[in-house]
Amino acid sequence: MQVSASRESDRTALLGGSIIREIKASKIEFVVSVPDITTSEGLLRPLAQAKNPRLIRICKEDEGVGICAGLAYSGRRSLLLIQQTGMLDSINAIRGVAVEYALPICMMVGLLEKEPGVPPRQSKRYGVRIVEPILDAMGIAYHEIEEESDVAKIKPAIDAAYSDSRPVVLLIGRRPS
Amino acid sequence: MMKRDDCLKALARHVAEADIVLPVYSTAFDWIAIRPSPLNYLSHGAMGLASSHGLGLALGRPDKRVIVLDGDGSLLMNLGTLVTITEVAPPNFYHFVCENGTYEANGGHPIPGRQTVDFAGVARAAGIRTVHEFSDIKIFEQQIGALLAGPGPVFVCLKIVASGPQERDYSRIHGPQVRAAFREALAAD
Repeated sequence: MQVSASRESDRTALLGGSIIREIKASKIEFVVSVPDITTSEGLLRPLAQAKNPRLIRICKEDEGVGICAGLAYSGRRSLLLIQQTGMLDSINAIRGVAVEYALPICMMVGLLEKEPGVPPRQSKRYGVRIVEPILDAMGIAYHEIEEESDVAKIKPAIDAAYSDSRPVVLLIGRRPS
Repeated sequence: MMKRDDCLKALARHVAEADIVLPVYSTAFDWIAIRPSPLNYLSHGAMGLASSHGLGLALGRPDKRVIVLDGDGSLLMNLGTLVTITEVAPPNFYHFVCENGTYEANGGHPIPGRQTVDFAGVARAAGIRTVHEFSDIKIFEQQIGALLAGPGPVFVCLKIVASGPQERDYSRIHGPQVRAAFREALAAD
């Protein structure tokens, strides 16, 4: 049983290095972030140690929406790395800047306390369950990044956001190793 | 105390054609009358975010001066921006706050802390090194050129009188044509 569980874990593991590779392949020059416990160790910490992309630490997530907008007008790609609590706190900024102004605000959102392997809509956590319905209501595209095989969604999603000038949310459903 | 119009006219004399300017709410209407330009960035999408948009532009276009014309009520919605600006420290970033003590665009109600808040003090405490406050237009006229010629980040609090309720056509600053013109002008410059 232990061997089987270990194999299952290997199959579903999400690697921070793979996500960072896709972020770089997407030509992201700036990562704008408030720390998120889901992505803290596997993503934010290694990103903080790298020079490229440049990490911009912000005080509150809606600031990041504005910063990413300014960068987008400048022709520079950025990624807003936050927790879903911060995304929920920034709904008005996302509504106004990303949706109504049709700007490519790319958000990578850690789902705090989501149970690994459980779809966000089926989570026992209210704060997780409501995320996708809210994004649906706002008309924002999103992708679940739960397993290593999902990492391949990242670059096409970011490229599409910039080519179509619209926001996208990448939902990180478990802690990347 | 100064009149906003006088401050903006004094400022405009030192703003170059290539500078990006982000004015908010009532200031935006006065500014675009004084300095019409496609490089006026008028659509901020949510109250309080002008300085954040400006920070993104300053990072994305380090070759250009970025001048934010904020309001006191707007800044109160995003005080953390002062800390972020300090952390990023863009040398091409200039942040002006028109302090009239009211939410002028929302009925002229007083801001919290109208008699007590010290915006220049808040900016200093956030770590911004170049901080100024002006309440005399003659002194502002004398010093503004040097402030804009020096390195950022710079924070300037302008003590102004409230203008009172005014009817504004916000489609002039929120319309898609404004953003398209800005995008085109910035890409060409």
